[in-house]
Amino acid sequence: MALRELKVCLLGDTGVGKSSIVWRFVEDSFDPNINPTIGASFMTKTVQYQNELHKFLIWDTAGQERFRALAPMYYRGSAAAIIVYDITKEESFQTLKNWVKELRQHGPPNIVVAIAGNKCDLTDAREVPEKEAKDYADSIHAIFVETSAKNAININELFIEISQRIPVTDPSMGAAGKGFKLRRQASESRRSCC
Amino acid sequence: MAADVHNKKVAWETQNGSLAPVGKLRAERSDSPTPGLVEGTEPGAGQDDAMFVHTRSFEDLTADGEEGEDTDPSGPASGLGTPLGDREQPEAEPVGPEEEQAPEAPAGGRAEEEDVTSEAWRGRRKHVFVLSEAGKPIYSRYGTEEALSSTMGVMMALVSFVEAGKNVIRSIHADGYKVVFLRKSPLVLVGVAHTRQSERELTRELLYIYYQIVSLLTLTQLNHIFQRKQNYDLRRLLAGSEHLTDNLLKLLDRDPGLLLCAVSCLPLPSSTRDVISSSLQAAKSKSLVFSILLAGNQLVTLVRKKDQYLHHMDLHLLFNLVGSSSSFREGEGWTPICLPKFNTAGFFHAHISYLEPASDLCLILVSTDREDFFNLSDCKQRFLERLRRRSAYPALQEATRSPSYPVSQVGIPELRHFVYKSKSSGLYTSPELPAPYQTEEEQERLMGLYQYLHSRVHHTTRPLRSIYHCGERENLLAWVTSGFELYLCFSPLGTKAQAVMAINKLLKWIRKEEDRLFILSPQTY
Repeated sequence: MALRELKVCLLGDTGVGKSSIVWRFVEDSFDPNINPTIGASFMTKTVQYQNELHKFLIWDTAGQERFRALAPMYYRGSAAAIIVYDITKEESFQTLKNWVKELRQHGPPNIVVAIAGNKCDLTDAREVPEKEAKDYADSIHAIFVETSAKNAININELFIEISQRIPVTDPSMGAAGKGFKLRRQASESRRSCC
Repeated sequence: MAADVHNKKVAWETQNGSLAPVGKLRAERSDSPTPGLVEGTEPGAGQDDAMFVHTRSFEDLTADGEEGEDTDPSGPASGLGTPLGDREQPEAEPVGPEEEQAPEAPAGGRAEEEDVTSEAWRGRRKHVFVLSEAGKPIYSRYGTEEALSSTMGVMMALVSFVEAGKNVIRSIHADGYKVVFLRKSPLVLVGVAHTRQSERELTRELLYIYYQIVSLLTLTQLNHIFQRKQNYDLRRLLAGSEHLTDNLLKLLDRDPGLLLCAVSCLPLPSSTRDVISSSLQAAKSKSLVFSILLAGNQLVTLVRKKDQYLHHMDLHLLFNLVGSSSSFREGEGWTPICLPKFNTAGFFHAHISYLEPASDLCLILVSTDREDFFNLSDCKQRFLERLRRRSAYPALQEATRSPSYPVSQVGIPELRHFVYKSKSSGLYTSPELPAPYQTEEEQERLMGLYQYLHSRVHHTTRPLRSIYHCGERENLLAWVTSGFELYLCFSPLGTKAQAVMAINKLLKWIRKEEDRLFILSPQTY
């Protein structure tokens, strides 16, 4: 069976549940007291899709502002970006729009964008109407699902949809082995020492 | 300024304050150590080279926190090697256990929502506040920063008022409280404590907090932000890192390593440790500077690039980063981190991952290249494969199951606990805490006693070489030579004569066990 490596990165405000979505998908576990991600976290999971194996290489990025400048390192070369917001926080939906803008301007041209409205189990506290988010997603031709990492709602579906949207394999790509590299940013804002 | 402070070190702290000690041959190591041992031959001293930047003393560390030191410490240089009988007599003032007990708020979680007008808040043993030079709150250990903005305004006013008179405010002592100020532009740190710690030790703790903040942002970025906008709310950039600072403060209260500027090692047969070190050494990459394997809060091994030394303070910050974040538990972490004692201007990039999801063994690979994640991930795999092939892994896992040893192994019945630091290697060893000290409060009380002895021994104007202290619940002895620092805790029924006898016996035991308790032959790539 052919193995394809799909690089996916998660973006979005701090505390919206990016890591929880990844943990649910990769480990099928949930920890309500998880600490904020520091920097970024890398995980992989291989799933079967039709007659192919899709190995998701997932970059779970930190949502805090001080890591913001690092984001391009992760979304460059990504086949898909999952932008997560919290349905109980209007503000996180605004941040999402900024991420979409940034991806449009600086991201890879064919990147598949998926929008995930997380914490859909907390309907009582909802601030972002499903329709508003859905309309927005349609307007930018993005995948849209409301998810709950806590109750394992729509998590696998989210990744299946990404599998569907990714263009069919270019056979020359498969031979490349270790599919991608974190590339250097054009303009470096921070310099490492030594 | 800082250079002046260095010159005023007490005599027994001696010469080359930087980098590695003189290499010592195995043959020179004494079999029956005596308290008069020369530095570099004490039990636990590294064989050829030290792992850390060689801050052999507390004085080195505090130097840059104490600008404008005007007292000239006169060390008891002539007293080296004097018999034990000459040591300082028991303290007149007893360490009252009562005063240590403040109303405790529920532990666990961040006590953010605490009411800052309540008695419980006032009764906290140690408050720490960080503010900007514009007086804007950045961090408070207890209570929300918003609720404390006027308090912090007053603090800044005090600092500015004294500065207007071309002076520096260092501390205020009143009613059993010490209010300590540390000015590290562009930040101001304030500690309010009613503990027995000296002003200097509190300043050193504030310095740790300062470096914690620098490690997240770099000093260059910090300066840049406040140059552009003086009243910037730094909490925006520090969001999500409060638990790191909270945890660091907890470590400062409980971990003898932070007090002694030293690191403890996982007890491990030296043959196993050598295999682990060489496996780590072999899994190198061009950009790698340090490879560090931790087991909980103990060091298993550290391999470094030739000529690059890690400062134990930076290592403590790494310990704290890993220890306080569950987010590294899954997957592989990749984060920029500034190691402020190495360089305050730039970021390293750390690959952080546990060897197995449920294990305590965490590998930190510190690199200079932020694009090098996959190379480092590969290094980790190679390290693991090599470790498994050479069957050191089961031995390592076995060792992590009993990360400490009971004090009874030493065979001194009155001895309850001790902390021994080898000055030249910057490593310390300490048995597990026995029965009366297992609760958090008791642990902090014992640490408080050690802190007190430490501050007496390292007093700026009247440093001591030894001190015997009789308390209500235990007797303590501290003994410092040019080679080591030793703090012992005895049952209250023990006598001074027994305590003195214990030192030699303990040192012999440590010498016998040093292969297991210390890293004697640190590796470079």
